[in-house]
Amino acid sequence: MISQVINKIINNDIGYSFVKSKIAVISTIVFLTILICSTFAELVAPYNPFDPVNVSLLDAFTPPVWADGGSTNFVLGTDQQGRDMLSTIIYGSRISLIVGFASILFAMLLGTFLGVTSGFFGGRYEIIVMRFTDVQLTIPSILMALLVDGIARGFISKSLHNDMAIYVLIFAIGISEWPQFARVTRAATLVEKNKEYILASRIIGLSNFLIMFKHILPNILRPVLVIFTIGLALAIITESTLSFLGVGVPPTTPSLGTLIRFGNDFLFSGEWWITFFPAVFLVVLALSINLLGDWMRDTLNPKLKTR
Amino acid sequence: MSFLEINNLDIQYKTRKETINASRDVTFNLERGEILGIVGESGSGKSTVANAIINLIDKPGKITNGSIKLDNIECCNNEKVIQTIRGKKIGFVFQDPQTSLNPLFKIKDQLIETIQTHLKLNYYDAKKRSIELLQEVGIENVEQRINEYPHQFSGGMRQRVVIALALCCEPDLIIADEPTTSLDVSIQFQILKLLKDLTIQRNLGVILITHDMGVIAETTNRVVVMRYGKIVEQGNTADVLSNPQSNECKSLVMSVPPTNKKIERFKLISPEGGEITNNSSNLTNSIIQNWAVREISNEKLLDFKNITKIFDEQMFIRSKKEINKLKALNNVSFQIFEGESFGLVGESGSGKSTIAKIITSLIKPTSGEVFFEDLSLHNPKNIKIKNKYRGQIQMIFQDPYSSLNPRFKVKDIIAEPIKFFQKGIDNKTVQKNVNDLIDIVGMSRQSLERYPHEFSGGQRQRISIARALATRPRLLICDEPTSALDVSIQAQILNLLKDLQEELNLTILFISHDLPVVRQMCDRIAVLKNGNLCEVEKTENLFNNPNHQYTKELISLMPKIESIYS
Repeated sequence: MISQVINKIINNDIGYSFVKSKIAVISTIVFLTILICSTFAELVAPYNPFDPVNVSLLDAFTPPVWADGGSTNFVLGTDQQGRDMLSTIIYGSRISLIVGFASILFAMLLGTFLGVTSGFFGGRYEIIVMRFTDVQLTIPSILMALLVDGIARGFISKSLHNDMAIYVLIFAIGISEWPQFARVTRAATLVEKNKEYILASRIIGLSNFLIMFKHILPNILRPVLVIFTIGLALAIITESTLSFLGVGVPPTTPSLGTLIRFGNDFLFSGEWWITFFPAVFLVVLALSINLLGDWMRDTLNPKLKTR
Repeated sequence: MSFLEINNLDIQYKTRKETINASRDVTFNLERGEILGIVGESGSGKSTVANAIINLIDKPGKITNGSIKLDNIECCNNEKVIQTIRGKKIGFVFQDPQTSLNPLFKIKDQLIETIQTHLKLNYYDAKKRSIELLQEVGIENVEQRINEYPHQFSGGMRQRVVIALALCCEPDLIIADEPTTSLDVSIQFQILKLLKDLTIQRNLGVILITHDMGVIAETTNRVVVMRYGKIVEQGNTADVLSNPQSNECKSLVMSVPPTNKKIERFKLISPEGGEITNNSSNLTNSIIQNWAVREISNEKLLDFKNITKIFDEQMFIRSKKEINKLKALNNVSFQIFEGESFGLVGESGSGKSTIAKIITSLIKPTSGEVFFEDLSLHNPKNIKIKNKYRGQIQMIFQDPYSSLNPRFKVKDIIAEPIKFFQKGIDNKTVQKNVNDLIDIVGMSRQSLERYPHEFSGGQRQRISIARALATRPRLLICDEPTSALDVSIQAQILNLLKDLQEELNLTILFISHDLPVVRQMCDRIAVLKNGNLCEVEKTENLFNNPNHQYTKELISLMPKIESIYS
């Protein structure tokens, strides 16, 4: 039964190209491993680094297991407070992934909505929306996110700020990524809306809302999926950058970027592992998502289709 | 020994799932001064054989067996030999003149480049030759036009340039792959005449690939009929068309709409040779019960009154300057009566589709009014009443590949308008309606669970008809419903439309550029040219004694399959 299903998936065009592409298979395995580990961090990580019971200052600055003075208790060493690096990375990647997924989802919903409606209605509405995206694209996304974060700090009281920080971050990254979605979905909608099946539904008299979201949207989801994947890697990196700069998630719930910032202070005093391992982990995570996105773009693009 | 000999040619396309035999044991030959037609339905391997001659088969296609000899030189699978021959001894004319010229080069440069590649001529001699060639293919004012870019030429003119390009190295063989399919009747006539003249003047061998039996009848000396990669029949054109032997060829000839008379139904022949006689008469009973019986009243159903349509781009800032605007429709008026089929004929750009869009309210006319019964369709006061009338006007589109939503199952495609117009209908009734509709368009109920891409063009057009009927329309607009289909499928669809009209008392507005088809389908015909209405006349009167100059021209120029008998 299961083998039948697997066979069917492999024989499908997309499944076949997936199995044939080594890069896609490897990056999927890497990404899924990270995803599962971080989702079930409580079960996978050797310690809970944020539980004071497990943390002892006596263990601080333990080097990785293969270096002089390393301990098998802490495979990747510990940081300045004696927290196990492997566990903090696993917990930290959870925050990074949550922020990444949520912000790109927000960007996708906003961008796709504006893109589909502006492509469908045209006219002044389209011109205004598209000029907005043009302006937005001239502002670097880090700058945009910093700006949003700064404004949010002005509005939210200090006591609430640590609780709200993660939502502000999601909003800030999302708002800087939506123009990509808007542009692509608008272009795809322009192609799709002149096809005869859309004319047919207009002649039947369906409402514009139904035509846009029941008929057009399912047909333009492929490019959206590709941008979603590549945008996810970008969002994770943006999150890390912001956290590195100190405007991201609060230090009590460190993400990968925060970990790198902590370790940065000790880089030149010889404790390289505190910043090195989170950084490598971030690179591997972003790279695997990006390679997956590349494969998706090649496969889902009908123009590049190979047999 | 013949000029071109093709023996036992096998071509295979190996894909992951299956091996497609695009050509099986194809054998024919061609003499100088002769036009050979290759005819067959789409997917029959016509183009593959032509591409094999110049060794331009797309991957993963491969010639697995056989030989191609040109002047007794074997050029099959021999890239070195073929490169000296391709372009120099063999010229190729492609289907679409819009894309077969490089838009960034002047006409002059394209010709001179080709000439200098194959003949040892300096720039000025090459230019002189290109001017001679363009004059030969009938382009006027050559010295000036040679400096222009392709977009400044019309479709027919471009095809002439493409023929000049094919001729420029004095080839012995010209392969023309559907050279006139995308052109209008009058231009098609000129291009075919040009090809015929050149064949005799230059003693060329010409292979003409087409699906149009009229073109075959008027142009070629000999014909090869292909189906599923095999040659089913070959011989002199007159013999093959007037006395076809194989079932495939019979069905092909029978399905061609005759140009000189009106027939009741097309005869259809099954692959076994028997005649298919079934029609959908008893299948419509349940739908008629559901719809309530309609009488043909012969009353005016649609009044198209003094319509003018000007397309202009909506600018963000309106310019006050009145530019000379192109009128897509210029003061066009006609009436359609209930129960008749009304034909709309014209060349591309004559405004046929614009009329369909105005009637279906997809666009608004610039001036004039359309009345459906007594209701003005474009009066803003009537918006609420109009929605009630929406379902009474439905449309069938030209391209069956884009007129169905690829993400919907067939049953959802047909059920959507039913649910929309009968609010609060229960699922069981919807299911019953959908079943009835799929029955009357002649498809199996299993097909309801499948997606559009699993069907052929003809089947998709049937689904499209079922969707249009789902709203119980009174006026059905057919915008070139068969122009993307093969002849035998076209005959089936036309038969289906005739049956449906008879039994459901539909009024049909039939739009087409194909005169023989319109003659078979319509009671009255309107002829359009550049947005102007030339004449509206009963079909038989129009074909037997046309009044308007333009109509006369159209009728005399259309390719006639009957011409082989004269």
